[in-house]
Amino acid sequence: MIDLSMAEGFLSALVRVATPLLLAALGEMLAERGGVINLGVEGAMLAGALAAAIGAASGGPWVGLALAVAAGAVVAAGFAAMAIGARTDQIITGTAMTLAALGLTGAIYRRAFGTAGAGLSLPTLTPLEVPGLSRLPLVGPALFAQPLPTYLALLAVPLLWWFLFRTRPGLALRAVGESPASARAAGVPVRRMQALATIAGGAFAGLAGATLVLAQVGTFAERMTAGRGFIAIAIVVLGRWHPVGVLLAALLFGGATALQFLFQAAGLDVPYQLFLMLPYLLTLVLLAGVAGGVRAPAALGRTVE
Amino acid sequence: MNRAAGWLRAVGALAAGLGVLALFFVASGYDPVVALAAMWQGAFGSWFALMSGTLIRAVPIALIALGFTVAYRAGALNIGGEGQFYAGAIAATWVGLNLGRWPGALAIPAALAAAFAAGALWIAVPVLLRRRFGVQEVISTLLLNFVAEALVSYAVQGPLQESQGIYPQSDALPASLHLPLLFGTRLHAGALLAVLAAGVLAWVFARTRLGFELRASGLGPRAAVVSGRIPVEKLAAGALLVSGAFAGLAGGTEVLGVSYALYPNLSPGYGFTGIAVALLARGAPLGILASAVLFGALEAGAGAMQRDAGVPAVAVYVAEAVIILAVLLADRFALRRPEEATA
Repeated sequence: MIDLSMAEGFLSALVRVATPLLLAALGEMLAERGGVINLGVEGAMLAGALAAAIGAASGGPWVGLALAVAAGAVVAAGFAAMAIGARTDQIITGTAMTLAALGLTGAIYRRAFGTAGAGLSLPTLTPLEVPGLSRLPLVGPALFAQPLPTYLALLAVPLLWWFLFRTRPGLALRAVGESPASARAAGVPVRRMQALATIAGGAFAGLAGATLVLAQVGTFAERMTAGRGFIAIAIVVLGRWHPVGVLLAALLFGGATALQFLFQAAGLDVPYQLFLMLPYLLTLVLLAGVAGGVRAPAALGRTVE
Repeated sequence: MNRAAGWLRAVGALAAGLGVLALFFVASGYDPVVALAAMWQGAFGSWFALMSGTLIRAVPIALIALGFTVAYRAGALNIGGEGQFYAGAIAATWVGLNLGRWPGALAIPAALAAAFAAGALWIAVPVLLRRRFGVQEVISTLLLNFVAEALVSYAVQGPLQESQGIYPQSDALPASLHLPLLFGTRLHAGALLAVLAAGVLAWVFARTRLGFELRASGLGPRAAVVSGRIPVEKLAAGALLVSGAFAGLAGGTEVLGVSYALYPNLSPGYGFTGIAVALLARGAPLGILASAVLFGALEAGAGAMQRDAGVPAVAVYVAEAVIILAVLLADRFALRRPEEATA
C-alpha cells in the first residue's frame, strides 16, 4: 500500500529528477526563443558538472557552483562562435560541441582525480529548509527542504516569463526567433541577441550539471549527464517554449521517472527497465498530442546571415 | 567542390583534429609524441591492427553513416542510429539463437534480415509520429535511443539471458551463425556488406531518378512539393525507414561478426560517430567508407593510446569534434567565396 512517507518520498524524487532538467530546459528555451537550437546543451551540462566537481574539491560547493555556471557559458559561447558567428549548421555544431565536451571532461577528470577516479567525495550543498513550511505533510520535504538549485530553478520560471513577455529585450528576442529579418529592420541586433541568449542558456545548463554533482550525487562520473541535456530539448518542445509549460513538462518527466521508486517501495514485481523506458515513452506520446497544436519559433534552427 | 578540394578539406580537418588533440595533451601534461605514436600503432601499425582494430570498427560506423545519409538527403534527420543499432542487435540475437540448427547459409541471412527489419521497425514509430502528428524526428529518434538501451538491458536479464541466468548477456551464438572471417583476421564479412551498400547508394544517388528526387526534396522541399511530381513526405518517410534499417543491420553484423552474443554497451557510441562520419563525407557514399575507416582508426588508436601511453581514450572525441567543426568551417568559407565574388 502507499502511505504518506512513500508519497513524500515519491514527490521528493520527482523534484530531484526534475530540477536539473528544468534548469537545462529553461536555458535551452531561452536560446530557442531566439531561433537557436543548441544540441550542445548536453555538453554544457557535462562541463558544468566537471567544473562543479573541480571547484568544490578545491574551494567548496559555492566555488563549484560559480565555476559550473562559467563552464556552461563557455561551452555555449563556443557553440555561438561557430553557429552564430561563423554561421555553421546548428544541429551539427551542437552535436560536435557535446562530443568535444565528452572527450575533454573525461580526459580532464582522469587527469585531475586519477585514472580510477572512484571514491571521489565532494562537499555538497545541504538542503535549505524553509522554517515551518518544510514540515507540511506531503509537499513539505519535496518543495521546502531542497538544496539551493531547486529554488533557483523554480524562481527562474516566473523571472523568465517576465523577461520574455514583459520586457523589451524579451520581446526583441522573440521577434528574432520568429522573423530575424523583421527584427533586424526594427533595429534589433539579431545575431548579438542570439549569442547572448545562447550563452545565458549555457549558464543554465552549467548550473544543471552542478546540481547533479553538488546537490545530488556528491561526485563526478564520466558521462554522468547521461542524455539529460537531450531530454531537456524534448522538454522544451513538450512545454511549448513557455516557462510554465517547461516547468510542467519537467515535473511530469520527473514524476514518470520517480514512479519506479514508488513501485519498488510498494513491492510490485515489474521489470525495472520498464520504468527506465516510461519517461521517454510518455514524452513521445505527449509530443504527439502537443506537436500538432503548437508551432516552434518560426526561424528555429535557421542560420541568420 | 572538385575532388582535389574535397581531399584537401578532409586532410586539413584531420590535421586540425590531431593538432588540437596534441595541444590538449601538452596542456594536460601528456607527451603528445608518445600518445600519437601509440595511437598510430593501434590503428595502422600492423596488419592485425588495421584489420582487427580499425576496419572492424569502421563497419558499423559506415553502415550507420550510410543510413543517416539516405535520410539526410531527403531532408530528414535520424539521430536514433544508436537505438536502431540495438534493435537490430536484439533481433539478430533472438533469431540467431532460435535458428541454431539451420545451416549457416540460411540462418545468417535470416538473422541479418531480422536485424534490418528491426531497425526499420524501430524508426517506424518516429516516421508515424512525424506524418500523423508532426513530431520532429530529431527528437523522437533521440528519445527512442534511451528506450532501446533499456530494452537491451531487459533482454539480457530477461528473455534472452544466458542459460545459467547469472550474467547480463545472452548465450553465445552457435558457430554456424558466425559471419565468415576475411583474410584469416578478425575482420568479418559485414565489411563486404558495407562496401556493397556504399556502392549501391552511390549508384542510386548519382544515376537514378529516385536519387534525384531524394536530393530535390531535401534541398527544396517547397519547390519539390509545388512541382507536384515529387512525393516529398513519402520520400522522407521511406528514406527514414531505410536509414533505420541500415543502423539495424549494423547491430546485426556486430552481433554475428564481432561479439557473437548480445551485451549491454555493445556500441561505444557508433550511432553518433556514424552521424559525424556522414557529415564529414558530405553524404558521398564512397567518401563515407573512407571517413568511417578514419574514425575507426581514431577509435582503435584511442584504445591503444590508453593501453600503451596511459592517455584516456575518451580524449579522442576531442579530435572527432574538431574534425567536424573544421569541416563545417571549411564548407562555410567554400560556400561564401563565390557569393562574394558575384556580389
